[in-house]
Amino acid sequence: MEAIFAICVGILTTCGFFLVLRGRTFTVVIGLTMLSYAVNLFLFASGRLTVDGAAVLGQSEVYGDPLPQALVLTAIVIGFAMTAFLVILAMRSRADQGNDHVDGQSPDHATKSIASDKRNG
Amino acid sequence: MQHLPILPILIPMLAALLMLLPPLSKSIDRHRLFSIVSMVLLLITSTYLLLVSHNQGTQLYILGGWEPPFGISLVADRLSTMMVLLTSALGLGALIYATAGDDKEGMYFHPLFMFQIMGVNGAFLTGDLFNLFVFFEVLLIASYSLLIHGGGKQKTKANVHYVILNLVASSVFLFALGILYGTVGSLNIADMASKVRLLGEHEQALAKSGGLLLLVVFGLKAAILPLNFWLPKTYAAASAPVAALFAIMTKVGIYSILRVNNVIFGVDAGPLASIAIPWLWPMGILTIVIGAVGVLASPSLRLTTANLVIVSVGTLILTIAMQREAATAAGLYYMIHSTLITGALFLIADLVSKQRGKSEDRYVVARKMPHNTPIGIAFFFAALTVVGLPPLSGFLGKVLILQSAEGATEMSWVWGFVLLASVASLIAISRAGTTLFWRYSKTSSSNSINNSDPIHPLKVMAVVLLLLTSPLLVIFGDPVIEFTRAAASQLHDTSQTVDALLQHNQIKGAQ
Repeated sequence: MEAIFAICVGILTTCGFFLVLRGRTFTVVIGLTMLSYAVNLFLFASGRLTVDGAAVLGQSEVYGDPLPQALVLTAIVIGFAMTAFLVILAMRSRADQGNDHVDGQSPDHATKSIASDKRNG
Repeated sequence: MQHLPILPILIPMLAALLMLLPPLSKSIDRHRLFSIVSMVLLLITSTYLLLVSHNQGTQLYILGGWEPPFGISLVADRLSTMMVLLTSALGLGALIYATAGDDKEGMYFHPLFMFQIMGVNGAFLTGDLFNLFVFFEVLLIASYSLLIHGGGKQKTKANVHYVILNLVASSVFLFALGILYGTVGSLNIADMASKVRLLGEHEQALAKSGGLLLLVVFGLKAAILPLNFWLPKTYAAASAPVAALFAIMTKVGIYSILRVNNVIFGVDAGPLASIAIPWLWPMGILTIVIGAVGVLASPSLRLTTANLVIVSVGTLILTIAMQREAATAAGLYYMIHSTLITGALFLIADLVSKQRGKSEDRYVVARKMPHNTPIGIAFFFAALTVVGLPPLSGFLGKVLILQSAEGATEMSWVWGFVLLASVASLIAISRAGTTLFWRYSKTSSSNSINNSDPIHPLKVMAVVLLLLTSPLLVIFGDPVIEFTRAAASQLHDTSQTVDALLQHNQIKGAQ
């Protein structure tokens, strides 16, 4: 179980970081969502993985650590709010800049405009 | 006053919430009055808290009655109360400046400002790492909104970068917290410090990676070299009072590095002692270098100021890297000075930019400013301080830092780079001053005087207020330095930062 869990977190993190490094806001938002999934799973595992363990004493033979569950809950809420903010900001940026590139202009467009500036200058 | 330590968080939070409710919500004038009153109240409270914690020892506030290490506790020791007082002073200056008109450019400026103050104060006061994360998020979401306040292409563009970077940093922060909780088994800073010495060999490696991940996160907040490229553009895009308030944001990162690396991974942490120090030395020096290059290359006063922030961050990192009481004390004095003065410089840059029409604060020849002399005097004063010329606080701060370096190697690195950065700032600031105030096109100067408005008195008041702190820091230099020494010795003393906070419940039980 630990191996599958670790591989899942690893794949999610890798995909998340890859997507965050892309140039357009949509992929970046998806990347950050995947990162926050990965981080939530990771935090959950920091209290060790137990099967059939209740987080309340006296409910079962083995019990799980309740603190990571509280931490994950907080992290989910905060991550959700931040993603919502970023989505709105990305839409605003799309409207303001006229494209969805994180730098406000796509790289080929930028080189073209520099070239035309040189010609004019 | 049992509840005193939580008041610096509660006052801005309640102020922000009340401003969203009917009697205050509709009128900007009521917002202004109310937020200034709350800010003054906060200033008084944090001064009182500082005096209490200085004279009566560290104040521990246990939320919900859950004794440490189980619940969340607020720790008001000398260092954290000093940072809270610094935030209130800078916040009051920025707020007064904003009430002169910048708060009208969008909605809800004052509530957002108060939430930002709440987040910053919470980050300084908390004694729990996960709670630190939560307060980081509070101050970040407020700063995202404040940064874009007023709207515009430049702000949106800077904000997209700022938000994405900080969201990635938040994920890394959570990874670090997960690793540390999984190995150390606690997130209370004092409890972690006592447990981190007892870790087994395998767990040490994991805890070390967690600790260094934390350094990455705080490094991004503090704008240390590989993670500083967002800062100049972001600060230059923000409106003036927001940029002035943001001067404290890098210091939140510095404070967290100071706290984590002196308490959790301090000299007593066994094999994990001082894990960040080998990284902090080169990072600090390179940050100073890139900041100095940035200062020399900046085309406008705002960008110059933003790069001066980076130079001050590099200098502060060096004082942390020396990991000695005298160095920390010198760093704390320099931190008070640099936060307030860079804040004032952002405000002065805005005054300049409003008076020069289209050329704004760029270093080009433009029409003469209608109020050339008063702004010039303010700029000259701020420039003297920020460069570190006597007799103002910048000089004293730098002398203290230079004095605290011991041994030939340390002295050569610290003296060399701090002084070189000062020379670079001196050159850049002199060029800025001569271009902005002495070189103007003569033709249009006559008619520009006629259509000029006087500078809003509140703006003058805000700048004067922030600038006055510099001579005050020198006149009352002795008690201030005494205090920073006491704060530094408290931070480096494990019996006060760790044992005292954990034994609280035993003492109470014995009673």
